[in-house]
Amino acid sequence: MKIKETDIAIVGAGAAGLTAAIEARRAGAQVLVLDENRLPGGQLFKQIHKFFGSHEHRAGTRGFQIGRDLLKEVEQSGAEVWLNTVVYGMEPDTSLGVIHEDQNTVIKAKKVIVATGAKENYMAFPGSTLPGVMGAGAAQTMINVNRVLPGERIVMVGSGNVGLIVSYQLMQAGAEVLAIVEGAPFIGGYGVHAGKIRRAGVPILVSHTVTRAIGTEQVEAVEIAEVDSKFRPIPGTEQVLEADTVCLAVGLNPMTELLWLTGCKFTFIPAFGGHVPMHDAHMETTVPGLYVAGDVTGVEEASSAMEEGRLAGISAAESLGLIPREEAKERRGEVIRRLNVLRSGAFGEGRRRSKEQQLKAMEAFQAEGDRT
Amino acid sequence: MTGVKYTGIPSKEELENCPGVPDAERLEKGRVACVECVQEIPCNPCESICRFGAITVGEQITSLPVLHGEKCTGCGLCVANCPGLAITILDLNYSETRATVDFPFEYLPLPEEGDEVEAVGRDGAVICPGTIVKVTKISAYAGTAVIRMAIPKEHVMTVRSMKRPKRS
Ligand SMILES: Cc1cc2nc3c(=O)[nH]c(=O)nc-3n(C[C@H](O)[C@H](O)[C@H](O)COP(=O)(O)OP(=O)(O)OC[C@H]3O[C@@H](n4cnc5c(N)ncnc54)[C@H](O)[C@@H]3O)c2cc1C
Ligand code: SF4
Ligand code: SF4
Repeated sequence: MKIKETDIAIVGAGAAGLTAAIEARRAGAQVLVLDENRLPGGQLFKQIHKFFGSHEHRAGTRGFQIGRDLLKEVEQSGAEVWLNTVVYGMEPDTSLGVIHEDQNTVIKAKKVIVATGAKENYMAFPGSTLPGVMGAGAAQTMINVNRVLPGERIVMVGSGNVGLIVSYQLMQAGAEVLAIVEGAPFIGGYGVHAGKIRRAGVPILVSHTVTRAIGTEQVEAVEIAEVDSKFRPIPGTEQVLEADTVCLAVGLNPMTELLWLTGCKFTFIPAFGGHVPMHDAHMETTVPGLYVAGDVTGVEEASSAMEEGRLAGISAAESLGLIPREEAKERRGEVIRRLNVLRSGAFGEGRRRSKEQQLKAMEAFQAEGDRT
Repeated sequence: MTGVKYTGIPSKEELENCPGVPDAERLEKGRVACVECVQEIPCNPCESICRFGAITVGEQITSLPVLHGEKCTGCGLCVANCPGLAITILDLNYSETRATVDFPFEYLPLPEEGDEVEAVGRDGAVICPGTIVKVTKISAYAGTAVIRMAIPKEHVMTVRSMKRPKRS
């Protein structure tokens, strides 16, 4: 078996992994980035819409353009990037098992940053295993990366930003969206995204759900119904829509499998998508030398993923003695100031509280350790 | 339930209280931005793109954008740069009977100048016929086209887009 050594290994070349690589490399660390995809950039490459956020987070720029620019910066930095490389395992000492160019390779890094992102939640209902029922993220990859229209007449389940944005992009790609159904009594995503959908004449049905997908070989129609306050369908409110595709945009959950293998400690925060790794303000987990950043620490957005990547990159380099303590502290302070701005307002407040809860769990864990 | 949170469309009250919507007096003077952004979201490209300081969000980027009508020249740069596609330019002085609405449009095919189209409101319902006056697609708009459409004056506060032509 081949063994490869490096200063810092980064799992995942999405928004978080790429910024972590840039920061660590800038400090002079030897950096290796690993991603199972053929193309780096993670989620960013599917995002053809203009991003939100502040000007310093490149708001108004389309996601894929942000991805391209990050990638160029990584290439110029001299970090090594291994694509088509699956990280299949991780030991408690953080050594990584990877398949690279058909070869089983062990990577021994002084520090590891896990930035594996998140995966889509699924929802079961009669007919949900029929071809034509798919994740909204999968549909987005089909239209924006592979340029294949998954269906002609779509019912979207979920009105969070993912549901709203993917509905809009499906229409741009030439499909018809018959309706967005939302179980909650209100729209989850931003009003301005919802506004685009409504101007295109698409209804957003709050307090509604999909009760059944109908079809033999594939989806031929979809039954939806109104739900009561306990999310139970109300008999007699069923309608059948002649859809050929159901897209599920019912949330994401952090891709934490590798982290579980190391024995690092988790805390449960539903608003972040479930079990999330405890970490401190340096993004270091309960396993020394193991850092996390981006959606894997709790589902947020690209702007915050990039900032967390910076935090992890700076901190990992600092712990290798490559950045003086005072300077690292100052730079983290700047990043945290920007993160606090992102985690504010009606939509961001909850994420700020969740992040605080996550950091507190880590503090409690560390205090416990000091006592024993 | 009404309101953007329940329907995706700002209610009458939300629009009346929205600091981005120009007042009647400013509307009378001609081209002006109408910023229909009524939720506190972390976003401010409208502020940074305007060279005239006519839209301000402030330090706290979740604050609602405020239009300073007297500073707005109606140049239109903010229309294509708002990721929420929430800004239009209204011109009540286009002609004796007609006004124009400049709106962002990201679907193909694009309409052409002179086309007769169906003008729609915030809910996508057809309100009146519209005539395409101008289609602008420049690199500064980064892929978003801005369409200028003439409509009868009385519909200037309700028309916000056009019906998407069916693809052939
Ligand atoms: C429809 C949609 C719209 C969005 N719109 C916006 C927006 O307007 N503004 C905004 O800020 N954010 C937006 N986001 C969110 C944003 O895309 C994500 O929050 C961000 O990309 C997360 O970055 P990340 O680096 O944590 O993860 P990702 O981008 O998911 O990257 C993770 C990478 O890790 C790789 N990986 C995972 N496991 C392994 C393994 N075992 N081995 C090798 N590689 C692995 C994956 O292949 C992937 O490339 C949107 C998301 C979606 C789905
Ligand atoms: S139309 Fe021009 S001047 Fe008016 S707010 Fe927009 S960018 Fe500023
Ligand atoms: S750019 Fe658009 S969506 Fe963002 S704050 Fe300004 S008006 Fe609202």
